Amino acid sequence: MHDLNTYLFVAAILFSLGVFGVMTRRNGIAVLMGVELILNAANINFVAFSRFGGMNMDGHVFALLVIVLAAAEAAVALAIVINIYNNMNTINVDEASALKE
Amino acid sequence: MAEISFWFVISMTVLSATAVVLSNQLIYSAMALLFTLFGVAGIYVFLWADFMAGVQLLVYIGGILVLIIFGIMLTNRISSVRLSQTNVQQGVGGAVAIWLFILISMVVSKTPWFTADAVEPTGTVAEVGTLLLTKYLLPFEAISLLLLGALIGAALLSRKEN
Repeated sequence: MHDLNTYLFVAAILFSLGVFGVMTRRNGIAVLMGVELILNAANINFVAFSRFGGMNMDGHVFALLVIVLAAAEAAVALAIVINIYNNMNTINVDEASALKE
Repeated sequence: MAEISFWFVISMTVLSATAVVLSNQLIYSAMALLFTLFGVAGIYVFLWADFMAGVQLLVYIGGILVLIIFGIMLTNRISSVRLSQTNVQQGVGGAVAIWLFILISMVVSKTPWFTADAVEPTGTVAEVGTLLLTKYLLPFEAISLLLLGALIGAALLSRKEN
């Protein structure tokens, strides 16, 4: 119905927005949301190439592994963020810059 | 009809992703992220990936987004409202993001991508499952170990020490 480039452009937009969020947000959780956008853009590319490369299922498996990685990353990152909040009382990444108290 | 819903899903994804990175309130960003993830699941449906759309709904919206909202509620002080959610690098960040987008767009439009014709499958679950347990058995086992490690690590990190 649509060609491959449409999906690749959408993924490029999502990726650029995610990079923008990671670079400009101060809040640690908002940075994490930017990372999720980037991972979703990569996943769209995997599934789109799989669909337009003759419905090859390998791309689906890769996207599945990426989703699992994203879940693990979100769990660990939020645990770290909550620890930083407990220790430094802020989760703004430009204020929480000390390596030890 | 399919055309209209396709462009609706695309615009919903892109607009809410913009709201994710531009919104001042963190909880609004999380809500916008919900619509972005829904839109990506819709894109998967248009790409004939029904299983991936289901996993996206279950894991991303049911798991990761709920985790993020928990994180926001645990770390946001309601009393201290800070309006500025962005650092001073907004101009540089915007320039780099636009430059990245232009770069990727040029690569996408100038590359002759390999494409092959395909018929729409009735379901992708069986094939994905077969691949996971044959060709990709080692990554499958490795990622289950990694998930276990991440679970234990997250539990260790976030528990109160006494």
